[in-house]
Amino acid sequence: MSRAASDPRARPARLQHHFESLEQQSESGKLGMWIFLATEILLFGGLFCAYAVYRANHPEVFVYAHRYLDKVLGGVNTVVLLTSSLTMAWAVRCAQLGKARGMSALLALTLLGGLGFMGIKFVEYEAKWKHGLLWGKRFQPALHEEARSGQDPGPPAADREPQRSSRSPDPGVERSTVPPSARGPRGTVPAEVARQRAAYARRDEPPRNVQVFFGIYFLMTGLHALHVLAGMGAIGWVLVRGLRGAFGPAYYLPVDLVGLYWHLVDLIWIFLFPLLYLVH
Amino acid sequence: MSTAEGALSVPRTGARARGEDYLTRERGFLSWALTLDHKRIGVLYLFSILAAFLLGGVLALLVRTELLTPRETIVGPDTYNKLFTLHGAVMIFLFIIPGIPAALGNFALPLMLGAKDVAFPRLNLFSYWLYVLGALFEVAAIVTGGVDTGWTFYTPYSTTTNTSVVATTLGAFILGFSSIFTGLNFIVTIHKLRPQGMTWFRMPLFLWGLYGTAVIQVLATPVLGITLLLLIVERLLGVGIFDPALGGDPVLFQHFFWFYSHPAVYIMILPAMGVISELVPTFSRKRIFGYRFIAYSSIAIAVLGFLVWGHHMFTSGQSGMASMVFSALTFSVAIPSAIKVFNWLATMYKGSIRLDTPMLYALSFILLFAIGGLTGLHLGTLATDVHLHDTYFVVAHFHYTMMGGNVMALLGGLHFWWPKMFGRMYSERWGRIAATIVFLGFNVTFLSQFLLGSLGMPRRYYNYADEFQPLHATSTYGSYLMAVGFAIAAGALIHSLFRGRPAPANPWGANSLEWHTPSPPPWDNFPETPAVEDPYDYSQLVYEPSVGGYVKKTAPAGAGS
Repeated sequence: MSRAASDPRARPARLQHHFESLEQQSESGKLGMWIFLATEILLFGGLFCAYAVYRANHPEVFVYAHRYLDKVLGGVNTVVLLTSSLTMAWAVRCAQLGKARGMSALLALTLLGGLGFMGIKFVEYEAKWKHGLLWGKRFQPALHEEARSGQDPGPPAADREPQRSSRSPDPGVERSTVPPSARGPRGTVPAEVARQRAAYARRDEPPRNVQVFFGIYFLMTGLHALHVLAGMGAIGWVLVRGLRGAFGPAYYLPVDLVGLYWHLVDLIWIFLFPLLYLVH
Repeated sequence: MSTAEGALSVPRTGARARGEDYLTRERGFLSWALTLDHKRIGVLYLFSILAAFLLGGVLALLVRTELLTPRETIVGPDTYNKLFTLHGAVMIFLFIIPGIPAALGNFALPLMLGAKDVAFPRLNLFSYWLYVLGALFEVAAIVTGGVDTGWTFYTPYSTTTNTSVVATTLGAFILGFSSIFTGLNFIVTIHKLRPQGMTWFRMPLFLWGLYGTAVIQVLATPVLGITLLLLIVERLLGVGIFDPALGGDPVLFQHFFWFYSHPAVYIMILPAMGVISELVPTFSRKRIFGYRFIAYSSIAIAVLGFLVWGHHMFTSGQSGMASMVFSALTFSVAIPSAIKVFNWLATMYKGSIRLDTPMLYALSFILLFAIGGLTGLHLGTLATDVHLHDTYFVVAHFHYTMMGGNVMALLGGLHFWWPKMFGRMYSERWGRIAATIVFLGFNVTFLSQFLLGSLGMPRRYYNYADEFQPLHATSTYGSYLMAVGFAIAAGALIHSLFRGRPAPANPWGANSLEWHTPSPPPWDNFPETPAVEDPYDYSQLVYEPSVGGYVKKTAPAGAGS
């Protein structure tokens, strides 16, 4: 109490009692957020590990099952989330410059992006649910077969056909006079592996344990969706505070931190999309 | 404890007016339940973990009593399975992991830094209430029929048993987040709230221990989180990631689990080593030997701890190559551990050692941890591990490291900082008696288990062959002796709260910053911003009988620190 430095009148309103300066406070907050993001990456890290283990042991499951995911919706969702990251970064910039109205508008746009992402995700989940393309015990391929023979295309036929004919990469390799190397040059796929993969893609019978793919798909995207929801909550919170005029060029730490979090959510999706939707 | 506080603020602790220390400035339940003060949160944690220790201890005594005879003694086999599972889960998740960092660390870390609080006080409180919530889940699991998987929750049994696995694992999941937030808070505090002049290598070594611990808490615990989450969805929804019938892999669970739980044993031992690094120089009246080696070895242990998880799975069908690599890495952990032990011994060499209660616990730690660490090498060796795996040898080994390590250090640290926390001196005589009894009881309990294990007694068995009975009975009587020791220690500490002599600012003659403020510390920790000094320079401190503690030689007596 006798400390001269702790005289409350001399301190900025937003400075907590145990920090010496706003700068120290905001640096601490940012370091804390980065460490938290590291824990989030490790949380997802377990699932990425599980993905890697099963993908390495059972590539045929992933090649076969990924076709039932909707690349178009997934791609659109990627764009939506990337755009929302842009508006988020822009909102932080506005906060730095003290443009309160711009910040609020951009935060609202970001929130809208999150909402759009969740909407599209809902449509995707609903289709999977309808076709019984679910995890472990809930996986019911019989239901799905019915759906395929009916008018409702579970795996879009148009998507499957080209894979049989034109898309397989091996014919060219097979015709080559160069003997197939055991290990191809960097960046190419060994002929053996390519042929095997093409065989996976061509086959109509599901391999064993297709449900593992959908288990991993729902776990990864589900956990990610929970993070999107949490991020939307956080954005909503800074939006409300921003509308009340809580932030200015001197103090906008919460906007900054929520922004960091939102970028991480975006980043995780950028890994999920190719790993799950664009398998080949 | 707040009834007698008024008498604490006698002038000898530095002229504080009545009721201005952190214990008495505010009163009432809410002033504790919603406090943002790191000292109060530390005290809340302290009583919570001690309650968990009591619960886990009672469960342990029941387990030991059941094992008194080769056949049924007091409980049936299913109850026995639940008892040892809950003993493990309560001790690990509710007591040891939060033990030193959350209770002693929360109290001492900002004080040692000369700071007013941790970086995120609200997160700190949130972390405490997460702990309480997690503990409630654990208690709910006990009430709703217990859980019988062992604290490791191995699949596929944990996904098929009909006991309360979901409540227990959900509790552990929540406790994990409590632990993450504590670690995050400590890392940021140590990085950003060090005062002018306190460089990394002028920090007390306890802070290095806490820092290494926090790094592990932050990096390993999320993996436990996702593992337990997967186990929960496995049980609730049947996802099949760990279920071979659905194409999953139960060994993957073991990998995930030990990727956290092996580093977690370093969460338990690193802060304990930090405490010992404070106790040994203080009670030897001699500067710590090899400061940098002790500091770096904390970080080395934290890093190596991430690379050895496979040594829990030598018999789980892991490839021979992987086992060899994990075995070699496991041996390498012995190097930084031994560096610490050598440095503590070198610190004591030619010191003027005073055998006060904290030092007795510190000496117990060094001896017991050495035994625990060296027997770890037997288990890290592939050929001997095949023989010793899942026997009482493993049980004895980890009780020597975890209990002989962590609990001894926790008790030593508790007796060391107790006067600072509550402003009261406990009875030195009863403290020493308790420490001696605990040490003796501990060795009787667990040395006999080393013998049992090397003779082939498997762990977790309910019945056993008759020839094991003498050793089992010895172990059980040892556990009773240990319980008596703990009861005496608890009695001495509780008695001190009401009848203890008021504590001086610096009863032990230590020189880190928390001893430069009155006992108990004022609300904002320091009356004046403390000047950063070498925490292990004791040359300026002399004992002042009128104060009952140590004062600076140059400063006139009565000026406090």
